Amino acid sequence: MAEFDRRKFLQYSGAGLAGILASHQAPVFAQAGTVHWIKWNDFVPASDELLRKTILPEAGKALGLKINLETVNGNDLQPRVTSAIQSGTGPDLFMLFNNHPHLYAASAVNISDVAEAIGKAQGGYYKLCRSNTNDGNKFMSVPWAIIGGMIAYRKSWFEEVGYSKFPETWQQYHEAGKKLKAKGHPIGQTLGHTFGDAPTFSYPYLWSWGGKEVDEKGKVVLDSKQTLESVKFMTAFWKDAHDEGGLAWDDTNNNRAFLSGTICATLNGASIYIETLRKPDQYKTDSGAPMKTDILHSPLPEGPAGRFGMHTFQSHMLMAYSKNQKGAKEFLKWMHDPKNFDAWFVSQKGFATPPTQVWEKHKMWNEDPVMAPYKVAGRLGLTPGYAGPANRKAAEVLTKYIITDMYAKAVQGMAPEAAVKWAHEEVSKVYNGA
Amino acid sequence: MLEREGALAFWLLVPTLALLTLFIAYPFVRGVWLSLTNAVVGEPGHFIGLRNFTKIFDDSIFRTAALNTFVYTGVTTVFKLALGLWLALLLNRHFRGKAWVRAFILLPFIIPTVLSTLAWKWMFDPTFSVFNWLFWKLSIINSRINWLGDPELAMASIMTVNVWRGVPFYAISLLAGLQTINPDLHEAAAIDGANRWQRFWHVTWPLLLPVTMVVVLFSIIQTFADFQLVYVLTGGGPANATHLFATYAYQIGIGTGLLSEGAAISLAMFPALLLVVVFQLWYIRRVENR
Repeated sequence: MAEFDRRKFLQYSGAGLAGILASHQAPVFAQAGTVHWIKWNDFVPASDELLRKTILPEAGKALGLKINLETVNGNDLQPRVTSAIQSGTGPDLFMLFNNHPHLYAASAVNISDVAEAIGKAQGGYYKLCRSNTNDGNKFMSVPWAIIGGMIAYRKSWFEEVGYSKFPETWQQYHEAGKKLKAKGHPIGQTLGHTFGDAPTFSYPYLWSWGGKEVDEKGKVVLDSKQTLESVKFMTAFWKDAHDEGGLAWDDTNNNRAFLSGTICATLNGASIYIETLRKPDQYKTDSGAPMKTDILHSPLPEGPAGRFGMHTFQSHMLMAYSKNQKGAKEFLKWMHDPKNFDAWFVSQKGFATPPTQVWEKHKMWNEDPVMAPYKVAGRLGLTPGYAGPANRKAAEVLTKYIITDMYAKAVQGMAPEAAVKWAHEEVSKVYNGA
Repeated sequence: MLEREGALAFWLLVPTLALLTLFIAYPFVRGVWLSLTNAVVGEPGHFIGLRNFTKIFDDSIFRTAALNTFVYTGVTTVFKLALGLWLALLLNRHFRGKAWVRAFILLPFIIPTVLSTLAWKWMFDPTFSVFNWLFWKLSIINSRINWLGDPELAMASIMTVNVWRGVPFYAISLLAGLQTINPDLHEAAAIDGANRWQRFWHVTWPLLLPVTMVVVLFSIIQTFADFQLVYVLTGGGPANATHLFATYAYQIGIGTGLLSEGAAISLAMFPALLLVVVFQLWYIRRVENR
């Protein structure tokens, strides 16, 4: 064994320390080790468990990294990303909703290489995934999943009031809901300040009447005959057919209300149905049958301008302040490799639709016909800001809940004309402001 | 050097000064600067003068939030003072288990606000409200009360929780004030023929006034800048009906990422608070010098 005396130790360690100080960088083994990933608390808790127990340890082994997964309430992601950007420190990978990547573009790493490669290898991204994450020049984040928004409804209750098929139009839905509310089973819908179920209802509802916040050229056109019609219809629809507590709901209230048997239908991801699959003995119908046998899914009804959808969309942003950008990129590539993504996708049972088209062919979609409508969720959805681009201004309108509040104000008693005028002015301030 | 009184005083003050500079003065100056720029999250922005302030004064949601803050602070302060004083007078009497009752009274104030507010959120839940269940069982109502979904009821609900949480602070502080009043004064007044009300109004109240003013001052500052309670219960909804300065500043600054505008909204409450503080400190000094 070579002799290693005190003098040599000091020489080597001194040189090493000088090297580290001169390069202004910590040694590689200390900095490349960890990737901090923050995402929402999944509405399918089994998927988070799978990530923690199986997938991430495997990723760690394959990449020589430690992946720290942190999960928070979806409404808390925006405050977290803001404080992380301002302080220049925090998670390496941030899950973001909808078109929020446009808000944080200046703090994102250009991730086009990773995103383009995934899209190309997997049959291409759906349009909504690309416009939410790409500013025309580059990808700001890597599309992760679409949480398809469909109406979950109680089949038997709709049959009782004469609807063997789910209502096709808003008028039919209004009639059915009115009868069901009279029987103590109103429709449940939030018009509160919450990230998912509120805008994924209010935006497509507006579009289906022909209203929109801006036209293709970016001119604010919200105050229109079509928008006014939609608001007028909504005020009566709300009173006659809805659970009026919905004004104060967040994304979890409708799940609880549906599962406790108080509402007949609600726009949601598939989490309600998946929960009834998980606990068939806990959730039952009035006749004692498992509730899962009485739930079906349908897209939102049609309006005068057609049928529209807007799904909650998720992507991951690699932050510019991250000290381990290489590790985080490697992890994203590994995670999106179909070999590894498959287990997570299957655990979602259709709650999340992947962002690329190749997954439509997956055999999981054939296993449960109730979940089949979610397979093509990616093809139907539009992005906030339609008919304009899903840019920063559209993200600002979305996060201020202006469209949702327009309906909320009207159902609270403000004259429809005044509610539309108010919303038009607020949207104009965003689009025409500095 | 330490023998010179001035120098010693200076060095003893240094840690406090450093802390005040670091945690109060710096964030305040930075907040003022931020409100004069067009900074958004991730982009430092540049100086734009008072444009953020003109923008927020033109913003209908800001005006609602401003009005809400004044109403919220005014109404809750009156209730907290009245109930707190009443409770303090009761607690100042002798009865069995006095120490226990005094300790229990403090509970709402001791429990972390977010925790107790979450419990209230369940009690006001649109679907599962325990109040609705109780009223329905007692046949007082036949349809659900929309506690947090109706604009007026939502405002009344958050005020109720604020009063519930704030009364113990008033009660205990005023009780401490009551105990400093010499019983001889009451005795002398009683001998002179003063009834209960006259003794309260001419003896207790004037002697309690300086303490009351300090308690009200603290309470107004805290209530004016309240955040947690509203954020947890309503998030400022329904349709912005319960936004206060702090919750709206948070939504704009942190939610939407418009940091400079958020800073301007936060600073808008500063002049009002400054006036309150200056008036009350002046009043306390006047009372003390009498």
